[in-house]
Amino acid sequence: MLRNLSALLAGVVFGIGLALSGMVYPLKVLAFLDVSAAWDPSLALVMLGAVAVTLPAFALVLKRHQPLLATRFYLPRTTDLDARLITGAALFGIGWGIGGYCPGPALAALGIHWQEGLPFLAAVAAGGLVADRLGARH
Amino acid sequence: MTEFTPLSAVAGGLLIGLAATALLLFNGRIAGISGLFHGLLHRDRQPWQILFLAGLVVGAGSFHHLFGSDIPQRADFPLVALLGAGFLVGLGTRLGSGCTSGHGVCGIGRRSARSVVATAIFMVTAVLATAVSRHWLGLY
Repeated sequence: MLRNLSALLAGVVFGIGLALSGMVYPLKVLAFLDVSAAWDPSLALVMLGAVAVTLPAFALVLKRHQPLLATRFYLPRTTDLDARLITGAALFGIGWGIGGYCPGPALAALGIHWQEGLPFLAAVAAGGLVADRLGARH
Repeated sequence: MTEFTPLSAVAGGLLIGLAATALLLFNGRIAGISGLFHGLLHRDRQPWQILFLAGLVVGAGSFHHLFGSDIPQRADFPLVALLGAGFLVGLGTRLGSGCTSGHGVCGIGRRSARSVVATAIFMVTAVLATAVSRHWLGLY
């Protein structure tokens, strides 16, 4: 119960952060990714701000034996830099660069601009299912 | 095209980092949005995943509707481009096990080499894709 509440609250704060940062607006994202025109470097600062927290804070949290409301930390175990990672990251970047949405902002779009968010997310789900067919890792 | 907004960018980034840290500290989980979203389609999904994503939608939507924004919404972005982009985002994040949040924010936060490499790659291909789609194909 508490675990569900903490997840909900973390999600709310995450969503507020996305909206405040401007990352939920694809034109803002594309103004960052489009380095040719009047470049808007804002989103570099979003990433820097987030990593400025997670770099020191994750190290501190992971020193604990277990999380506050769960019995263990659930961390990815894969460490190899394989073709699947590289291909996947490259394809994701292309999709992000065309549409201006990565998954978080696309979800947020359901409450901001659903006309784009809904079809985009349906396509994300389809792409994920195709990846599963190709034998992606779970 | 849009204005440089350093203060809200940094503040929003700090909140995103804080939320990711809270999910790790309390739940022991990585705030990777693509993984959580793809997970919704699978049978072993758990309530906390749905609640985190619902919170994200409500948090972002409430902020947008309460405080507004100067940034215009796209009115006529071609549906086929939207669907193609979404498909690549879904395929790529599933194959590559993460997106801007899972690799960019959390993975770099825990000093994962995979995430640093993935982030460098998707930033480069995103910049290239934007250049091609905007300046060669004339999309938005």
